[in-house]
Amino acid sequence: MSDYNFAYLDEQTKRMIRRAILKGLAIPGYQVPFASREMPMPYGWGTGGVQVSAATLTPDDTLKVIDQGADDTTNAVSIRKFFEKTAGVQATEETAQASVIQTRHRIPEEDLREDQILVYQVPIPEPLRFLEPSEVETRKMHSLEEYGLMHVKLYEDIAKHGAIATSYAYPVKVEGRYVMDPSPIPKFDNPKMEMAAIQLFGAGREQRIYALPPYCQVVSLDFEDYPFEASKADHACDMCGATNSYLDEVIMDDAGNRMFVCSDTDFCTSRRKAGHMGAQAAAASAALKETAA
Amino acid sequence: MTPLLKVENISKFYGRRIGCKDVNFDLYPGEVMGIVGESGSGKSTLLNCLAGFLTPETGEVLFEMRDGAMRDTVTMSEPERRMLSRTDWAFVHQHARDGLRMNVSAGGNVGERLMAVGARHYGNIREEAIDWLGRVEINETRVDDRPTQFSGGMQQRLQIARNLVTGPRLVFMDEPTGGLDVSVQARLLDLLRGLVREMGLSAIIVTHDLAVVRLLADRLMVMKDGHVVETGLTDQVLDDPQHAYTQLLVSSVLQV
Amino acid sequence: MIEIKDLSKTFTLHNQGSVVIPVMEAAELSVAQGECVALTGASGAGKSTLMRMIYGNYLAAGGSIVVDGVDVVTAEPRDILALRREVLGYVSQFLRVVPRVPTLDVVAEPLLSVGADTEAARDRARDLLARLNIPERLWSLSPTSFSGGEQQRVNIARGFAHTYPAMLLDEPTASLDAANRETVLGLIEEAKARGAAIIGIFHDEAARDRVCDREIDVSVFTPGMAA
Repeated sequence: MSDYNFAYLDEQTKRMIRRAILKGLAIPGYQVPFASREMPMPYGWGTGGVQVSAATLTPDDTLKVIDQGADDTTNAVSIRKFFEKTAGVQATEETAQASVIQTRHRIPEEDLREDQILVYQVPIPEPLRFLEPSEVETRKMHSLEEYGLMHVKLYEDIAKHGAIATSYAYPVKVEGRYVMDPSPIPKFDNPKMEMAAIQLFGAGREQRIYALPPYCQVVSLDFEDYPFEASKADHACDMCGATNSYLDEVIMDDAGNRMFVCSDTDFCTSRRKAGHMGAQAAAASAALKETAA
Repeated sequence: MTPLLKVENISKFYGRRIGCKDVNFDLYPGEVMGIVGESGSGKSTLLNCLAGFLTPETGEVLFEMRDGAMRDTVTMSEPERRMLSRTDWAFVHQHARDGLRMNVSAGGNVGERLMAVGARHYGNIREEAIDWLGRVEINETRVDDRPTQFSGGMQQRLQIARNLVTGPRLVFMDEPTGGLDVSVQARLLDLLRGLVREMGLSAIIVTHDLAVVRLLADRLMVMKDGHVVETGLTDQVLDDPQHAYTQLLVSSVLQV
Repeated sequence: MIEIKDLSKTFTLHNQGSVVIPVMEAAELSVAQGECVALTGASGAGKSTLMRMIYGNYLAAGGSIVVDGVDVVTAEPRDILALRREVLGYVSQFLRVVPRVPTLDVVAEPLLSVGADTEAARDRARDLLARLNIPERLWSLSPTSFSGGEQQRVNIARGFAHTYPAMLLDEPTASLDAANRETVLGLIEEAKARGAAIIGIFHDEAARDRVCDREIDVSVFTPGMAA
């Protein structure tokens, strides 16, 4: 039994956050202001996601925490331990076993189900912020559906780079109404946002919560003559051989050798367990055994 | 012919101080109205009331919408007024930076209004932007440059292109040549004259420079201390001024 | 075509002790189509003043000025603007130059204002400029750098570009040599022949006698000097 209230936050706070979440689900893509609390981690380290998870968790939930797809980074581990201590919930690394998944900057490769909740950590919730610094003005633009400026950003990309250069945090239009920042997930993940699970977005420093109910319509913005492409590295995973997952590029040595590995660690591990082997799987496990020894 | 704009009894106060009082006039399609006065005359206050940036205490600003109906823009809902200001209206600011996005390319600046009303084809948007840059005498090689790389006169011309691309029927201008070098002013005025004529624009131009109104405006209103002291055809008001203040203003202009 | 009745004008100089200067009283004038009437009188008698009043450039204190059915004294600004565009032409003594506009376009502008085709308007302009001996190499330049005489001829060309039913000519032959004066008088005669009503100020007696059918001495309208 811990000295903390369940999931660290007091009941009133959780109620307030849940109200914000309900409002967000009722108006998909709309940024609901909420009173972000002081958390035992600095701003910029996932306080928004943590507060949303805290308000969402029940004692029976199973929690998975990933950071850029990996369960084993310092931050993912810290957050998972935080909830194990303050909420006493089961933790897992397997996507299919989790009922609540908190993520930083990636959507798991495996399709999520109606009984799952995906909680995103969001740095800057406002998609128009970099072009329009005034909060008053951006709020008006959202309420009046004035999104011409968003296309100006895409126009600028094409003018400068010959293609829409935005590769992550690619803006989307939700249910044909609100333009939303999906958080810094790679644009490869955008199509996954039309899913069966509930998606909740928490920005702690900026004090906003937004949400997507299941099976929500999420369309990535583009031009007629420059359509959206969910692109990734033109490579297969060197560990498990998957050709349809988002890859991390790992530099192996000073000679420029590199490996492409699934960013979603659980996905890669499951595939390897099932017997799939990538091009460098053998060499990689040998190298791992060496360093472990 | 019905007026494009009917201004009735517009008054704006700042506490007990008069911003502008009891302003009335009609503006017909294709007419350019100049408003002159010195600092503190209320001309900018009036312009801002007409363009919807300030709310007047009294009065109506009736604008003929595209369907022919006269609507009071003062009591119009904000979304409607914002839509109007992106389509049928245009506002050329004295300082280009107030009317441009300085961190967006020239092409993006001109294309924004098109994208704001639903244009979604990059190639077409760019082509139209380049066309308009040409009409304001900005070379197409500058289409991807930012306004920060332009001279003052070019920035002002870019602002004009940005405003005119959606074919507005009414243009508000606040000291459009203020702060520019004299030769640059001449070029800009010339361009404005040409565009106003070509596009059949109606315009309301606020300025303290009588030479600008002589060149651009058909009609003139002289303001002092918030009141309109004289109004009439530009050449008549300047050549045969009736009011004491107008006479003072005209006689004060240095002849070169 | 031009009908002036009981016209009066005063100037009130507010900044000089509000002194009131009456300059015209009970002016009457009537000009029919095809007629050319000369305004005469000593310098300062009010010839230019009367002309400017007809054009709407000066306000009248009382009376009426009816041009093609429009009373300039009481008309709305847009009606006077329309009148100046289509009906009433004015060739003043000075050419007000807009910098950068080529001479050809300066002359073609009145025709473009009434909706003429651009090329047709330019052709007419070329025609007039040639008749008035403005060299072709100058047509693409702005008149700002021309001599006084050249500017005057551009002014005249501009004034005659559109076939106005009524015209006001203030010293059209001033600062012109014999050949060009001849051309201008020819233009006036052509205008008369097509039915234009013309009021002119000519210091040149010979020119006046040649084209004008009547003379009106405006000094009779000066207050205190009526016979």
